Amino acid sequence: MQILQVEGLSKNFGGLAAVSGVDLQVESGEILGLIGPNGAGKTTLFNLISGTIAPNSGKVIFNNEVISGLKPHAICKKGLVRTFQSCKTFPGMSVYQNVLLGALFGSPGKISREQADVETREILEFTELAELSDVPAESLTLEKQKKVEVARALATKPKLLMLDEMMAGLNPTEVAESMELVRKIRDKGITVIMIEHVMKAIMNICERIIVLDHGKKIAEGTPEEISKNKTVIEIYLGE
Amino acid sequence: MDNNNKLKKIIGPVILVLILAFMISLPLFAQNYTIILLRTILMYVALTLSWVLFSGFTGYTSLATAVFYGTGLYTAGVLNGVLPLPLLMLCSGLISAVLALIIGTITLRLRGIYFAIFTLSSVELIKHVLNWYEINVLGVRGHYVTRVDYGTVYYILLAIVVLILITTYLIKRSRYGLALSGIKSCEEAAVHTGVNATALKVLLFALSAFFIGMTGTVMATGMLYVDSIIAFNLNYSFFPTLMAIFGGMSSMFGPIIGATVFAYLQEYLITRSPDAYMFIFGLVMIITILYLPDGLVGLYVRIRELLLQKAIPQIRRKISGGKHANTAS
Repeated sequence: MQILQVEGLSKNFGGLAAVSGVDLQVESGEILGLIGPNGAGKTTLFNLISGTIAPNSGKVIFNNEVISGLKPHAICKKGLVRTFQSCKTFPGMSVYQNVLLGALFGSPGKISREQADVETREILEFTELAELSDVPAESLTLEKQKKVEVARALATKPKLLMLDEMMAGLNPTEVAESMELVRKIRDKGITVIMIEHVMKAIMNICERIIVLDHGKKIAEGTPEEISKNKTVIEIYLGE
Repeated sequence: MDNNNKLKKIIGPVILVLILAFMISLPLFAQNYTIILLRTILMYVALTLSWVLFSGFTGYTSLATAVFYGTGLYTAGVLNGVLPLPLLMLCSGLISAVLALIIGTITLRLRGIYFAIFTLSSVELIKHVLNWYEINVLGVRGHYVTRVDYGTVYYILLAIVVLILITTYLIKRSRYGLALSGIKSCEEAAVHTGVNATALKVLLFALSAFFIGMTGTVMATGMLYVDSIIAFNLNYSFFPTLMAIFGGMSSMFGPIIGATVFAYLQEYLITRSPDAYMFIFGLVMIITILYLPDGLVGLYVRIRELLLQKAIPQIRRKISGGKHANTAS
């Protein structure tokens, strides 16, 4: 079953086509990698799908429902949630409050305060943040802050989670931990799309990879196919 | 330690109830002048708390207070004698709220200074549209307002202040309080976490305007005459903002203390040195912004911390009796 279909999605900033005519399908339960050089339009694609910005043309179908044109909070409630490249936790709020906010407002339908508390604690256990519950989010290390963002996203009970460079700036141990976390998330039945520059991570955990360049999709396939693809090698290593 | 925390939790409400009881009984024995002075102070407290209700929660600096206060004053004039005072207050509160919904829907997509400037200019816009209407269409300027005695006005204002405090407290405790701190600290993340930020901001703006509008209508009964130029005075936008900054917004006491001190200062200075009072105001504000970014409440917190820092090593030394000299910092 396909959980997400993107059809001919385009976005221009002035004369620049940041994303042009991108089609992509995401199977339910897979981990899909999204790679490409800087400025390829990866984050813009995330912004378009999650409703941060509206596309110039094309549409996004999530769970058999057109979601392009909806506001981000509505898209989040439908079960499609994202994290940010430049980590965006809520400074001034504790880790617990960060995640609780996701549970209270991001879940589809109404949720009682007690239920939200239970779910928040579960997710803090799941992401191994339970000990940091009362710590202000901004005082954590980058790795932990990124985890808080993921925990907050998970609290909204997503069907599809979009991770924007979750591993950038992390050391090898932290990258390994994050990879483990992504696998654990997928094993819960949550589909994952991840933008990543850390090739080791992408090649190891993604079942499928899509390559963007200058706003266009230029290749798609298994990690093996992508690593042998001539165009991709040219883009990454120069002609 | 546990008892200490309990005591801390009880002490705030107890002080509030004592102050409230004192203020309720005050007209029984105080002089008329005191009541009139307190009426002005309560008005500023109500405006400042209403301003903090929106701007303190969301981090958006609104300079539209004069729009809603002016609407309250002006409605009292237009509907003078048509409705009894409680209904009139409700009516102007609602008109202000609707106005806030409109202004909010147009402007709350703006951030930072742009929002502040737009709200500021909305005061001038409404003032001059009404002025034009009075002169060119009605042909009559201004409206008469029936006087209501000071005691009644005092009690109504006190009730409004209590109502705003309760509302603020309830919102702070609710899930929407959490969402609002999310909006304040990172709106983009809040929106992507399922918070309908636009709706929340606009509704809170309207709620704040509702209280400001009611306050305006009560105050109009002491003015006898209002017209658009008097009603939509920009100072009503600036003073509550300055008072909140002066008092500090980290606790509910800050705006109350800020408004009280400022309003008293205004009353004191305007009778003794009317020329110097704006000058002294400006000086106080500059000093506050430069040296007391968290206002009087922040100053209190800092002094307490300083005292504690001095006190703690001494206590420690007493407890340890000098045995563990190397652990003392």
